[in-house]
Amino acid sequence: MSENEPLLSVHDMEKHFPVTAGLFKRQVGAVKAVDGVSFEVFKGETLGLVGESGCGKSTTGRLVTRLLEPTGGKVVFEGRDITHLSQGKLRPLRRDMQMIFQDPYSSLNPRHTVGAIVGAPFRIQGIKTENGIKKAVQDILELVGLNPEHYNRYPHEFSGGQRQRIGIARTLALKPKLIIADEPVSALDVSIQAQVVNLLEDLQNELDLTYVVIAHDLSVVRHISDRVAVMYLGKIVEIADRKSLYAAPMHPYTNALLSAVPVPDPKARRDRERIRLTGDVPSPLNPPPACRFHTRCWKAQEICKTVEPPLEELSGGHRVACHFPENAPVAAAAPDDAAQA
Amino acid sequence: MSFLDVKDLKIHFPTDDGLVRAVDGLTFSVERGRTLGIVGESGSGKSVTSLGILGLHKGGRARISGEILLDGQDLVAMSAEQVRGLRGKRMAMIFQDPLSAMHPYYTVGHQIVEAYRIHNDVSKQVARKHAVDLLGRVGIPEPGRRVDSYPHEFSGGMRQRAMIAMALSCDPELLIADEPTTALDVTVQAQILDLMRDLQREFNSALIIITHDLGVVAELSDDILVMYAGKCVEYGDAEDIFYRPEHPYTWGLLGSMPRLDREPTERLLPIKGSPPSLINVPPGCAFHPRCPYAERTEGRASTEVPDLAPTERGHLVRCHMPRTERRALWENEIKPVLETQ
Repeated sequence: MSENEPLLSVHDMEKHFPVTAGLFKRQVGAVKAVDGVSFEVFKGETLGLVGESGCGKSTTGRLVTRLLEPTGGKVVFEGRDITHLSQGKLRPLRRDMQMIFQDPYSSLNPRHTVGAIVGAPFRIQGIKTENGIKKAVQDILELVGLNPEHYNRYPHEFSGGQRQRIGIARTLALKPKLIIADEPVSALDVSIQAQVVNLLEDLQNELDLTYVVIAHDLSVVRHISDRVAVMYLGKIVEIADRKSLYAAPMHPYTNALLSAVPVPDPKARRDRERIRLTGDVPSPLNPPPACRFHTRCWKAQEICKTVEPPLEELSGGHRVACHFPENAPVAAAAPDDAAQA
Repeated sequence: MSFLDVKDLKIHFPTDDGLVRAVDGLTFSVERGRTLGIVGESGSGKSVTSLGILGLHKGGRARISGEILLDGQDLVAMSAEQVRGLRGKRMAMIFQDPLSAMHPYYTVGHQIVEAYRIHNDVSKQVARKHAVDLLGRVGIPEPGRRVDSYPHEFSGGMRQRAMIAMALSCDPELLIADEPTTALDVTVQAQILDLMRDLQREFNSALIIITHDLGVVAELSDDILVMYAGKCVEYGDAEDIFYRPEHPYTWGLLGSMPRLDREPTERLLPIKGSPPSLINVPPGCAFHPRCPYAERTEGRASTEVPDLAPTERGHLVRCHMPRTERRALWENEIKPVLETQ
């Protein structure tokens, strides 16, 4: 997989939203929602993007699909720089890059029938289908597990899980190469969540799709991803294949995230050793200097407040941005006697 | 007699479309110092139950029957005025979304003082001091200063702490937390769960925690009640529910969740279909259209409502399948699949 050219690569991507004040809308600051993010996505894989609210994961998704324009860096899709393409030039690209949204209630137009919603991509892109759009739409509905006879129904006649399937059907209509799913299951009930996760996996195998899945739920991300990137305050702090990230996380933040997830095992709660972070995520308007995690990190030292750690590869494909990584190979010697509070 | 005894509680709402049987014959009890977790998907009636106990359906159009005995006093038979005298003092609630549960125009301190002074004849100064104490106790830094902040000046986690402080202001003996951590990030969720556990120990109150997250339930609960379509389908202590569950719905919930504490599986095992509408609850066992074992009951699943029957000491299950068959299914078919995960 990795010897191929990446389908999507992102270099040092930035998005700073200006904060203005006064009569002349003078810029007084910037919300650094995404602040120098680089990663690649290869064909056929799933990259998971996790982090807490405000870490910039959704903005990253929107920048990659160019729903927002980056203020810095580069987005390359299939070898083509799309960072600053105009809307007109982007339109043909939308066929190859689609998005699944979080909320199946607000992402579907309540006045349009399912047929109109799922058929819209064909009409917008001016694509001719062999047996008409209706037939094509019904095929897709069937593919995502909906009844093709529901073609003329409206979104309110469906349950949350079914609506999310409609959203997925719309995404799949033009057989895209890359799908960005922003919290695809977080609005759904547990039993329905599992159905949609399985559906996404089946579709990936069947249609050879590539996913970027953005989610805050670490267990869902582990289940569907091949590689996982952890974000904190606009930066990627750790990126690795799923197995090494979950089995041997190196960044203290990843460790803290994993240990904070409640485990459905009443006996384990007593014996589990935990890392408890104090406080909340700082504001991206005024992020801490150097390592952004140092204000909450129990391993922080002087250097963390002055020198920003680069995202370095410490073992095969496992990159981490930390001066004192845990579970690190011996070469990157750092005293690993963290007093876990 | 237990501290809180709910007997055959029914809460129905007449609507133009028919009678909504939100809670349909629920019986449970909670002792002081114990925690009951109520789990279920959206629309299972868990929140309606909690609002019903607090008497917040009184004066509305709800039809309530059964008994809610708080320390022997029947809340269902009481007038709205009488219940009001107990609410806040003997029982209190922590809501899911602290931003909408707090008044945006008043300071956090004002709102805590107000709740305290309704039930205690003290001066404003004394009440304010009490509010500062409480904010400090729930872990808000600089409580003396933050007492004069408005809710929007707090972060999500701090707001939830302030809500907990407000709920605790009169040392309630019964505390109901309805999805207390659903709106929070995972690191903050862990802080709040720890806080609730510590405070409950300190105050020795009876705690009911309502959630859809089995992980949160496992962290806090002594006993667990699984709700489906307005009824209890399984009740037992935490170990019964997680290690020896006997209801196919509970199995389904456990199979639907990706877990961080096990090796990742290839596929999740979702429950087919979606939860029923409470206007049109399926006849017989409400779960039978989604139950993979329904045909084993010789047609009784769709005609007779099964009883909530004891299977062993304190463990109740509402299922037509004989106990031995359920046990065998769990041991031989369900558990091995879940555990190889």
